[in-house]
Amino acid sequence: MLRHLPTALGALIVGAALLAALFGPSLVPHDPFAQDLLRRLVPPAWLGGDAAHPLGTDQLGRDYLARLVYGARISLVIGVVAALTSGLIGITLGVLGGFFGGWVDDLVMFAITCRLSIPLILVALAVVSAVGSSLSVVVLTLGLLLWDRFAVVARTTTMQVRRLDYVAAAQAAGASGFHVLWREVLPNIAHHLVVVATLEVALAILLEAVLSFLGLGVPAPLPSWGLMIAEGRDYMFFEPWVIMVPGLSLFVLVLGINLLGDGLRDLLAASRDA
Amino acid sequence: MLDVAGLRVSFGAIEAVHGVSLRVRHGETHCLVGESGCGKSVTALAIMGLLARGARRRAERIGFDGTDLLALSDRGMGRLRGSRIGMIFQEPMTSLNPAYTVSSQLTEVYRRHRGGTRAAATERAAALLGRVGISAPGLRLGQFPHQLSGGLRQRVMIAMALMCDPDLLIADEPTTALDVTVQAGILRLLAALQAEMGLALLLITHDLGVVARVAHQVSVMYAGEVVESAPVAALFARPTHPYTQGLLASVPVPGKLRRGQPLDPIPGSVPRIPPDFVGCGFRERCRFAMPACAVAVPLRERAPGHSYLCQLTP
Repeated sequence: MLRHLPTALGALIVGAALLAALFGPSLVPHDPFAQDLLRRLVPPAWLGGDAAHPLGTDQLGRDYLARLVYGARISLVIGVVAALTSGLIGITLGVLGGFFGGWVDDLVMFAITCRLSIPLILVALAVVSAVGSSLSVVVLTLGLLLWDRFAVVARTTTMQVRRLDYVAAAQAAGASGFHVLWREVLPNIAHHLVVVATLEVALAILLEAVLSFLGLGVPAPLPSWGLMIAEGRDYMFFEPWVIMVPGLSLFVLVLGINLLGDGLRDLLAASRDA
Repeated sequence: MLDVAGLRVSFGAIEAVHGVSLRVRHGETHCLVGESGCGKSVTALAIMGLLARGARRRAERIGFDGTDLLALSDRGMGRLRGSRIGMIFQEPMTSLNPAYTVSSQLTEVYRRHRGGTRAAATERAAALLGRVGISAPGLRLGQFPHQLSGGLRQRVMIAMALMCDPDLLIADEPTTALDVTVQAGILRLLAALQAEMGLALLLITHDLGVVARVAHQVSVMYAGEVVESAPVAALFARPTHPYTQGLLASVPVPGKLRRGQPLDPIPGSVPRIPPDFVGCGFRERCRFAMPACAVAVPLRERAPGHSYLCQLTP
C-alpha cells in the first residue's frame, strides 16, 4: 500500500485539478474577467485579506481564485490536446518505422532526428509571433513539436513486440499486416505510450506557461497560469504571493501528473508480469 | 498434400537451408528431425512464407494440394495460413497475445477465414477446446493467457490451429518447452487428432522418442540438408546415412546401457557451412569420409520411400 502512496497522491492532485477545471468556474462566485479597481492586490485570506477573495485579487482587482481555476481549465486543455495531437503523429510514425523497418524506418528516424535538432521554444516563439497568439495556435504548435518521444518509444517497443511469437502466430493464422499492427502490436505497447502521454501532458503545460510568461502564449485577458506569473512579476518584491499562487499550482499539477505517470508505469508493468 | 523440392533459404551470405525436399502425404505424420540449428524451423517458416526480413527463399517447387505456393501473392498466402495450413509454435508461453482472452483469439481466426457470427465461432471454439482435452472450456474461454499453464496454452494453440479445419498442420517442436508428463499428453493429442481428422502433420522435433511414437515418415536433417528420408520402421531398423546411425547410437536406451557406460556421441559439433561449400556437410565428423565426399553427393534410394544422401552404398 505504501508503495502506491505517490501514485495515489498523483491521482489525487490530477483528479482535483480536473474537478477544479470542470466545475470550478461555475462554483467560484466571481467572474475571472471582472475588474474591480478599488480592490486591487487584496492579499489572500491567510495574509489578512478578506473572505470574499480567498486567494486575493490581482493588480486589476480580478479574483485570483476564479482566475486560477479558469487557468486550470486552459492548462489541462492545452496539455491534453497537445499530447493527443503529438501522440497521433508520433505513434503513427514510430509504429510504422518499427514494424516495417527498412527504408520506412530510415525515413522515420530521419524525421525524429530532424525534430530533435529543432530548438523547441525558439520555434514555438517564432511560429506564435508570426501567426499571432491564440489558444488554438499554441495547442497546435506544441502538438506538432512534442511527438518525438512518442515516436522513439513506439518505434523501439514495436520492434520488440514484432519479434515475439504471438505476432508470428497471428501471421501464421492468416492475419494481414494492418491487422497485426492494430490488434497484436498496438495493444501490447499501449502501456508504454500511456506513460509517455502523461509526461507529454506535463511538458506541454509547462511550455504553455513559458510561452505565456514570455507574452507569446495565451492572449492577455484569458487567465493562464504562466500569464498570471508574468503579470505578477512587477509586484513580486512587494506582494510575493502574486506569483507564488500560480507558480505553486503549476508545480503541484506537474508533479501530480508525473507521479501519476510513474505510478501507472509500475502498476501496468506489475499487472503484466502477474 | 505438401510437396517441397530444392528449398533454399539464405540470410545474407549464409545459407541456412540448402536444397531441402520433403513430401507430406494426406493423413500422414511426417517428422523432421535434426540437431538445433540444422534448419528445421527455417524450413517450416519458409514453407509458410513467414521468414524474417533479410531472408531469401528459393525453391524448385513448393506445392500445397495442387497450389503453387511460390507463385501465390501475400494475400493469397494469408488466405491459406490459418485456414488450410495451421501452425503451432515451440513456445506456448509467448505464442498467445497477452492482451486478449482465449475466446477472442480463437474466434478471430475463425471469423477471419470463415465469417459467421460471433456466437457460432464461440461455440466452435468451446467445442474444440473440449476436443483438445481442456476441461471447463467455458471458463477457459474467458481467461487471459497468463492465467493458463504452459500445457494448457499449447492446447489452446492447437485448438487455434484447428479452428478452420486445416488440411496441413505444421508443428514446430510443440513439446520442447513443456515438461515431460505434459509432453506425452500433447503428443498423444496430436497423434489422435491427426488420425481422426485425416490431417497431414509436419512435426518438427529433435526428440527421437517422439519420432518413434508418432511418425509415419521421417526426414533427418543435417546442416541445412535432408540427409535421409524413410518410413519410420525402416529408419530405425536400417539407418543408412552415417549421421542417422550416429544419431540413433547416441540415444540412451534403458536396459541396454549399463550405469556409468559412456554414450556413443557423434564426434565434433555442427560446422558452419560456408556459402561456397560443396559435397557432404557431414564429412568432417564422419568415420567413413573419403575424398569423394568433397564433391557432389548422390541421392541414393535404398528401398521405395527410403532415400539418403551419401557416397556409401548400403
